[in-house]
Amino acid sequence: MVMGRIRKFLIPGVDKRLLVKDATKIMPDPVRRRFIAGGASLGALTLLTGCDVFDGTSAENMLTEISKFNDAVQAWMFNPEVLAPTYPESAITKPFPFNGYYEIDDAPEVDGRDWKFEVKGLVENKKSWTLEELYKLPQVKQVTRHICVEGWSAIGSWTGTPLRDFLKLVGADTRSKYCWFQCADKEGYNSPLDMRTALHPQTQMTFKFGDEILPRAYGYPMKIRVPTKLGFKSPKYVISMEVTNDYKGGYWEDQGYNSFSGS
Amino acid sequence: MSSIAATDERTSASPKVLQPAWVRTMHWINAVAMILMIMSGLQVYNASPLFDSLRFSHSITLGGWLGGALLWHFAAMWLLMVNGLAYLIVGFATGRFKRKLLPITPGGVISDARAALTGRLSHEDLSRYNQVQKLLYAGIIAVGVIIVLSGLSIWKPVQLQWLTALFGGYDVARYVHFFCMSAIVAFLVIHIALAVLVPKSLRAMIIGR
Repeated sequence: MVMGRIRKFLIPGVDKRLLVKDATKIMPDPVRRRFIAGGASLGALTLLTGCDVFDGTSAENMLTEISKFNDAVQAWMFNPEVLAPTYPESAITKPFPFNGYYEIDDAPEVDGRDWKFEVKGLVENKKSWTLEELYKLPQVKQVTRHICVEGWSAIGSWTGTPLRDFLKLVGADTRSKYCWFQCADKEGYNSPLDMRTALHPQTQMTFKFGDEILPRAYGYPMKIRVPTKLGFKSPKYVISMEVTNDYKGGYWEDQGYNSFSGS
Repeated sequence: MSSIAATDERTSASPKVLQPAWVRTMHWINAVAMILMIMSGLQVYNASPLFDSLRFSHSITLGGWLGGALLWHFAAMWLLMVNGLAYLIVGFATGRFKRKLLPITPGGVISDARAALTGRLSHEDLSRYNQVQKLLYAGIIAVGVIIVLSGLSIWKPVQLQWLTALFGGYDVARYVHFFCMSAIVAFLVIHIALAVLVPKSLRAMIIGR
């Protein structure tokens, strides 16, 4: 029965996201990473709740495969020439919403004097960058719409260095598949960005919001702003970038959000 | 006597096909796709409700949480779109839409609606839709087209920004998408109630006769 399968997959009364979160908290970090990366989270849950494991995992696998197919379709739809619509400053949403998997009081507090941006992987110059050095690079401003995977949207003003200029500066191999970003928050937020999007003219290393130094709520000292993707693909509190051909997963991507998530 | 009985038997055994096989197949594929889309869509809605006091119970949603619901929504959309597109092509190409759904006149709709509400509407000949049916079936096809287009404009507000602009922008497109869903659910309530009231119409959609 189709309905029977769906109901099992639903696991009424159990919020999978919260359960995974609780379960992973009590694991040491390497185990946690493997647990999530292996896609074990949802499969294990069907086991925990005593549901038919075969039905649960086969539905999971089918949905995961279709999501990969959707990645390919979106990469095909992505036109590097098409710019995200821009808006006048008067359209900026005030106050611009804070959003994260943590409350604002738990957001990372980075000391800009100690902070360094590590550049790793397939690049010629692997030097780490201080904030002072990055601030000296040419910056541009964009007023674009941030669209959250949850559905809401807000217009903001971001200023910073186009990522493609920086990739050129450090001699990145732009034939690589991904720029993989890691962040300062305690659960280790990370996210892969496909190279074609990384080279999009509006993809930005952001240092300012609304003409002011990026506040803590929006990712001080640096966020990667990607106006051609959903908000969770724009990581905050970024500490490193690895240019790589390997798909290394991401905080939300591993939990089931579509990896390309293009707008 | 015997010859009359034999004739009756033959006519009741092989009356003309009311719903051709392609209509029946696509109807039920669409039914499955719609249910998956609506249930997962309600879960997606819950992540960022358009109306403060409106949330949907877990018992009628699909996916468990936003991530799961989006996986279902973006999987079932292919079923809905491919099947829907094929239905539109065959419907226009065979002339079925024109034959079955036209003409629709305001006067005809009013008199058939009045007849239906007073229980005087005939269901003898199921091969011909009454004016209210024609209006609802043509209307729901139009809503189906709009819900897919508004969905695409929410999914791709950068790549398909001309389409998003046509709907009045991203935020308005979300409302359009939601109200189309509401219209489909309202249609389903009437559609299923009437199919139960006139069981031979349900039988025709299953076995064709």
